Amino acid sequence: MLKSSKSQYHIVIVGCGRLGSLLANRLSAQGHSVITIDNNPHAFSNLSTEFSGFRIEGDATEFSTLEKAKMAQSEIVIASTSDDNVNLMVAQVAKKICNVSHVVARVFDPKKEATFQEMGIDTICPTSIAGQVLLDTIAESLTKQAGEKK
Amino acid sequence: MNIMIIGAYQSVYYLCRLFLSKGYKVTVINRNQEECERLAHNLKATIVHGDGSDPQILEEAGANSADAILAITPNDQDNLLICQLGFSHFHIPRTLAVVNDPDNEHVFRKLGVAAVSLTRVLSMLIEQQTDFDDITNLFSIGEGKINVTEVVLSTSSRAVGKTVQQIGMPNGSLIASILRQNKPIVPSGSTQLLDKDRLIVVTLPENHGEVLKILTSDQI
Repeated sequence: MLKSSKSQYHIVIVGCGRLGSLLANRLSAQGHSVITIDNNPHAFSNLSTEFSGFRIEGDATEFSTLEKAKMAQSEIVIASTSDDNVNLMVAQVAKKICNVSHVVARVFDPKKEATFQEMGIDTICPTSIAGQVLLDTIAESLTKQAGEKK
Repeated sequence: MNIMIIGAYQSVYYLCRLFLSKGYKVTVINRNQEECERLAHNLKATIVHGDGSDPQILEEAGANSADAILAITPNDQDNLLICQLGFSHFHIPRTLAVVNDPDNEHVFRKLGVAAVSLTRVLSMLIEQQTDFDDITNLFSIGEGKINVTEVVLSTSSRAVGKTVQQIGMPNGSLIASILRQNKPIVPSGSTQLLDKDRLIVVTLPENHGEVLKILTSDQI
């Protein structure tokens, strides 16, 4: 749940794959106004029947697609396509050209994550997160085993 | 000069050949193994196989010592990141991206990346090739925001014999000067236009077509 004083946000989600559609479904169910963009029309079948937002079929690297999605009027933009570079480009356009206040990009490649952050883009790297969680789980299991041995 | 080019075979090959013939040192980065082999076979350049938007690949390819980087892949998102990495990460003095979507030219510029749209350049060249030999596009200012054109009046033109005021030039356009038998004239509203006058015309994109029509259409 997005917690804040405001009850409804204008949110643009670029990429309607597994992550994008999950977010779109949840945020729409919470009553936010959601616009999803994907260049593959079949991707929208990931959206649930309760999804009450808009679907825009188009290439997010074309500025006209982002204009169609009224990106400049949105408060939150999430770039969750399967292409790191598309996400970076969309995030930069959202932040620096459309002046959107909250922008997050998904990046798979941990090497690129640092670059994105240098450019002032907030990122989520599933690879780094999964790696960290995995290491933590192993460490926990090892401590547990060591404790049992004592 | 050390030039780095990132792009597909077709666009890279001829450009690379041109640079090599000028004596530049060229490094190409290409994602496709087969294309890399063909490039390596046909060019005396360093060919690196990999993702040109990956900082590690750029470093391995020698981005630290490059003087210029050219991003000409078919994906605008890749070209943007390559150039941004080029100047922010590797401090390459000259970076240039080719954009596929002409709208991205201004998007890239706002994000600090020099960009050129070949589509726009081509369409401009085609538009300039008008049917009239008596129209010469001299130059444009501010990426085409103001155009300066030379128009030679022919006997059949409707404008011949009329005054500048009578022909009704649209707002925002101007006949800046006239060369009549090699003598320059700065026209006023009452100046009469004559056959074979060479007009230097200043126009905006929105009235360019209309002005040319006024000056070149035949008499009815």
